[in-house]
Amino acid sequence: MFDLSPDEWTAVLLSLRVATVATAFALPFGIAIGWLLARTNFWGKTLLDGLVYLPLVLPPVVTGYLLLISFGRKGPIGAFLDQNFGIVFSFRWTGAALSCGVMGFPLMVRPIRLALEAIDRRIEDAAATLGAGRFLVFLTITLPLALPGVIAGAVMCFARALGEFGATITFVSNIPGETQTISAAIYTLMQIPGGDAAAGRLVLVAIVLALAALIASEWFARRAGMRFQGE
Amino acid sequence: MIVLAVDVEKQLGAFKLAARFEAAGGVTALFGPSGAGKTSVVNMIAGLLTPDRGSIALDDKVLFDAAAGIKVPPHRRRIGYVFQDGRLFPHLSVRQNLDYGRRMSGRPRDPDEFERIAALLDIGQLLDRRPRLLSGGERQRVAVGRALLMRPRLLLLDEPLASLDAGHKREILPYFVRLRDDAGVPMVYVSHMAGELRRIATNVVRLDAGRVVAAGGLELLDETDADALG
Repeated sequence: MFDLSPDEWTAVLLSLRVATVATAFALPFGIAIGWLLARTNFWGKTLLDGLVYLPLVLPPVVTGYLLLISFGRKGPIGAFLDQNFGIVFSFRWTGAALSCGVMGFPLMVRPIRLALEAIDRRIEDAAATLGAGRFLVFLTITLPLALPGVIAGAVMCFARALGEFGATITFVSNIPGETQTISAAIYTLMQIPGGDAAAGRLVLVAIVLALAALIASEWFARRAGMRFQGE
Repeated sequence: MIVLAVDVEKQLGAFKLAARFEAAGGVTALFGPSGAGKTSVVNMIAGLLTPDRGSIALDDKVLFDAAAGIKVPPHRRRIGYVFQDGRLFPHLSVRQNLDYGRRMSGRPRDPDEFERIAALLDIGQLLDRRPRLLSGGERQRVAVGRALLMRPRLLLLDEPLASLDAGHKREILPYFVRLRDDAGVPMVYVSHMAGELRRIATNVVRLDAGRVVAAGGLELLDETDADALG
């Protein structure tokens, strides 16, 4: 369908892998934070709320810089993870996934939080009287009822991760085959004379992927919503 | 034999609830005007509301005792609760709603019991539907079945007919009578409608402004409804 060169394919596949891993790892945190913000009150909640949304309003280059000094090889968290678990982020595709996950996180948390807030708590009470402990109530009632929001959040995060540029290039640079995602590849191609055609092809791919993500989310959300209406 | 012993106090805003009563088997009516605190009492029995003081015991098992620091959480009380508004799980089919209590307790399937209760409540033909598509009367019958299938030690019914129109009320009341006579589960039935209670109750606790004002037989149900008494 797209007449892409092997290098361009590499960038596309890398982008998909980075976005998928970023979304998969962000999701449990997104659900947990969404739940904390929707359901609990604690000292410092406003601060947590602000922190979650910070990547949305900060210049991406600042987020990338902060990731570099904390998750880089010499950063406190990066050094700890490297020495104890052998997990390295700097200049690896895993670092790209981390920065994409961080950048997509606010977009993920918001719909999850809203979906959790919209759930009728009395339904959960009913489940409790039927013998379900708090965790089972969450698993069998809360989460399924919030599913449309969870899917919307995951897709928003995925789409954001696909397009992430600033924080990623600041954190893990622009290494072909390792950290060069579609956005970075387009940027690189535009710097070289005669790269316009290749850049144009990747732009097309980016548009198709973004559209596909949106359509998929719409479809999932409708299916999830349909279950409440009855067939 | 005393099945349920309630002695609770709770401050709810400006409203002070201080109710003390005992219930034997059969159907105990919790009767009183709107705002008398009936639902709060039932929520305390179910464990959804925590009293400030007092105790609740069921079958010699203490469910709550403020002084002793005992508070059994709702999911360990095995008390069935039929809410005024049904509260079926919208994302599950009728069959899955009915099965929920059994699944949560990890008991194996018992098709005979399922059949018997589905037949008792006439809901066998609804099993594959979603709650959204049920009529009010059907919804309440499923809610009763769901509570019964968890094998409760006590069944709480909080104005289970209040959300229904007169026709549906007439339709569902016989099922409650059948339930009383066949199921053998002690029940606490909350209502402010004397007529309804006269059909189903075996003894009566009258509640007014947060206090138990009388306890005894059906003679406590005056000719008029509790709301008219004020």
